[in-house]
Amino acid sequence: MALLNLQESEYIKLYGPNVAYVPEGGWKTGEPDKLVKTHCCFCGVQCGIQLKVKDNKVIGFEPWEEFPVNEGKLCPKGIKRYMQNDHPDRLDGPLIRSDSGFEKVTWDQALGKTASEIKRIQKKFGNDSVAFLGGASMTNEKAYLNGKFARLALKTKNIDYNGRLCMVSAGAANKMAFGIDRSANPWEDIVKAKVIILAGTNVAECFPILTDYIWRARDNGAKIIVIDPRITPIARTADLYLPVRPGRDIALAHGILHVMVERGWINATFISKHTNGYEEILRLVKEYTPEFTQNITGVPAEHIITAAELWGPAETSMLLHARGIEHHTKGVENVLSYINLVLATGRIGKPGCGYGTITGQGNGQGGREHGQRCNQLPGGRDINNTNHRKYIAQYWGVNESDIPQEGLTACEIIDAIETGEIKALISISFNPLVSIPDSERTRAALEKLEHYTAIDFFLNETARHADVVLAGSLQEEDEGTVTTGEGRCVRLRNSVSPAANARLDWKIITDLAARLGSEKYFNFENAENIFNELSEASSGGPIDYSGMSYERIEKQMGIFWPCPSEDHPGTPRLFEKGKFAHPDGRAKFHAFTYRPPDEDIDSEYPIFFTSGRVVSQYLSGTQTRRIGALVDQYPEPLCEIHPYLAEKLNISQGELIRVSTRRGNIELPAQIVKTIRPDTIFIPYHWPGKKAANRITNRALDPISKIPEFKVCACKIDKIK
Amino acid sequence: MTVSAYKDDKSDFNDLEFFIDPSRCIGCQACVQACGECDTHRGTPMIHLDYVDRPTGVQTTPVVCMHCEDPTCAKVCPADAIKQDDNGVVLSAASPRCVSCSNCTLACPFGVPKQQIEMQLMMKCDMCYDRTSVGKKPMCATVCPSQALHFGSRSEIINKRKEFPKNEFKFGEQVVRTKVNMMGSEESQNIPIDVADYLPESDKPAFSQKRVGAPDVANNSIWDNIDIKYND
Repeated sequence: MALLNLQESEYIKLYGPNVAYVPEGGWKTGEPDKLVKTHCCFCGVQCGIQLKVKDNKVIGFEPWEEFPVNEGKLCPKGIKRYMQNDHPDRLDGPLIRSDSGFEKVTWDQALGKTASEIKRIQKKFGNDSVAFLGGASMTNEKAYLNGKFARLALKTKNIDYNGRLCMVSAGAANKMAFGIDRSANPWEDIVKAKVIILAGTNVAECFPILTDYIWRARDNGAKIIVIDPRITPIARTADLYLPVRPGRDIALAHGILHVMVERGWINATFISKHTNGYEEILRLVKEYTPEFTQNITGVPAEHIITAAELWGPAETSMLLHARGIEHHTKGVENVLSYINLVLATGRIGKPGCGYGTITGQGNGQGGREHGQRCNQLPGGRDINNTNHRKYIAQYWGVNESDIPQEGLTACEIIDAIETGEIKALISISFNPLVSIPDSERTRAALEKLEHYTAIDFFLNETARHADVVLAGSLQEEDEGTVTTGEGRCVRLRNSVSPAANARLDWKIITDLAARLGSEKYFNFENAENIFNELSEASSGGPIDYSGMSYERIEKQMGIFWPCPSEDHPGTPRLFEKGKFAHPDGRAKFHAFTYRPPDEDIDSEYPIFFTSGRVVSQYLSGTQTRRIGALVDQYPEPLCEIHPYLAEKLNISQGELIRVSTRRGNIELPAQIVKTIRPDTIFIPYHWPGKKAANRITNRALDPISKIPEFKVCACKIDKIK
Repeated sequence: MTVSAYKDDKSDFNDLEFFIDPSRCIGCQACVQACGECDTHRGTPMIHLDYVDRPTGVQTTPVVCMHCEDPTCAKVCPADAIKQDDNGVVLSAASPRCVSCSNCTLACPFGVPKQQIEMQLMMKCDMCYDRTSVGKKPMCATVCPSQALHFGSRSEIINKRKEFPKNEFKFGEQVVRTKVNMMGSEESQNIPIDVADYLPESDKPAFSQKRVGAPDVANNSIWDNIDIKYND
């Protein structure tokens, strides 16, 4: 049904991405009317920033040095984010699909069409034939609202979010190991650590501001260990660099633990008092001698020993990881294997001692807490737990049976659209055509939808397939909160009102709810009403915000959850005195035997492929591919390839090559660099269509977290004659 | 408009200095983008940030004007267009005087000034004159995520960092003293920059597409017959 009506070039001409170099009013904007203290709209660090506002436009920025996390520091994305506000591509009102692409309509027409199509399709195919896909760039308020909207207005079980491509492996592993899903320590503990392991985290490009924390730790004498198939900017000067072969992280963690056990660098008291499951992992790692581990991981045995020598006896330490170990069909197992290294030393829950997963999206943490996930209800409650269901049902004023059961995850929703099980989709701030692996299959699925409503502030590549486009709001146009990668809930301030005839996202959702006959559950006057409801709903749950208010959050420059009462100061550091969140108060070791990736290299596809980000672009690029200064910094994807491999394949610097996998291929220039393993190539994923790295990535999912395996598959390279 | 002035009990704003430490630089270009947002030259960044040699590594170097005590650029200017202020900040060429001859760009030992061809004017970093003159730190050093560019007191940086600030440079016979400091390590060593240097011997050479299946076994010898020496 939802075939594209226009050529790609026509969509680009009308809706972008058009690249803006100069603000709409020109460079000379004059003095601002006001400075608004708020936060960046990009990664999980959520830097404080002051937006310069003049005549209801954001015209620039000024550092906010008093905000303690970044003290004025910003990356290039944050500096240029203001260019979105008055961008020529900005959607300024609702659209309905027509033969000529889209036509502008009234809100009444657009919302009416969405509601009538949803009703028609649900009547014919059942409530679950409609799916909702949310995003983790949105506020806590919207994450909560999306979950409530899907369950009570759409009455579908199929709601999930793009954090499924991001944080879910870490989240699941954290719950399994610690009983709670949050980074264990505030960033400030990084500076106090004497040894830091960075496993699969390109800190300098994905969370640039955390670099200074790591360098300050180094100033204090810390040793830095970086585990990555590429020498990233943070790895360049590391004390120890372990170039792990893609997909072999479990074995590397076990190999390090093996040496620690052998040398006696184990905290037996902590293990016996505060953990379960040590015997099993002890038995398992016996086999992972340095030599055995070298054979699997491609990391020299002596460096595995050195890692254990640094980590084992350290006085204080932090272990940080990100998508590099999480984007795997064994992402959860990878994370749990690294957590073993932390638990074995007992160095957690103390100043300078702990562990964290660095969230990728702005609200990667809060976006996964308040019921936007298929298996979750507000307050981090479990949709499969009868008591949790009853609590939320009572709070919402519905019967427990009115809350749908667990639904499909994000990639499974796309699969179910492809098989015809799901007929209609509402998405908000999500661009799956660029961000989900195997993008030709995603495209085929979109073309089969009977109805698709997309809510966004720019028309992203996926939304071109929409029947109805609802012009939503930019971050600076709304009030709200986000919870950062360290678990600190911070306040976003409204700086300007939405463009022309665009609407606040939460207003669109409540308007739709009313059209679907559920207005009584969605009586909100403003974002603060929603926050107050979500914090009250979280009371007594695993993720408790009930002591927070807008006023308190602002005054304290953020509050770390849990914060269960108004006089509770918040909880920057979890697990103090060895108290974990499992019912018995203990943390849990997990023993997973190493297994290869879903698709390993072979004679036909002999090279590892891995993907990731560059510093000037953000996720699917919906926001950043429109900003000239950021585009110029890294204009199009390049294929990083080691000179050994390049020479073998007779490829020269800058030559156009074709990279193929079993899913498809991508043609792009070779960038020959010694900063990548010779058996591996890397392509960043921020671009759509023929430049999309996700044309070739593998949609195989982790059995627990259902995250796809972005970080390893098998490819081959051909010269283009 | 409120000004977020630098607050430090121990030192006066006028005592604060600029420090560059390329070993901290991550190449993110926040400095370049922020410089380009400055009101006096908005849209034209005056910082250069380059890879030293991307094929062999990810080292980048941010270059701001070093603000020489006795600036060569001013000495070679035939129009006397380049002035120093009372604090020793070397300013961009004064537009009424600059004849766009490029002497300064050729003479600068650090390669800092750039000719703005379309404006027929030499422009370079003036250490955020419009900010520092009202008690604000220079933009680049404020935003720099790695603090490779840092604005603060000399005593603080000596206490906190291992590297030591240096502001005397020798170019052949010419000794140049600068207002801006370069952080240097006494025990600086070469940093290896080839991933292959970090691989076990078994992973280093050889590229063979002959093997089928058994991937982990194949991996170890997949680089077998490559015709490149390890230390090329």
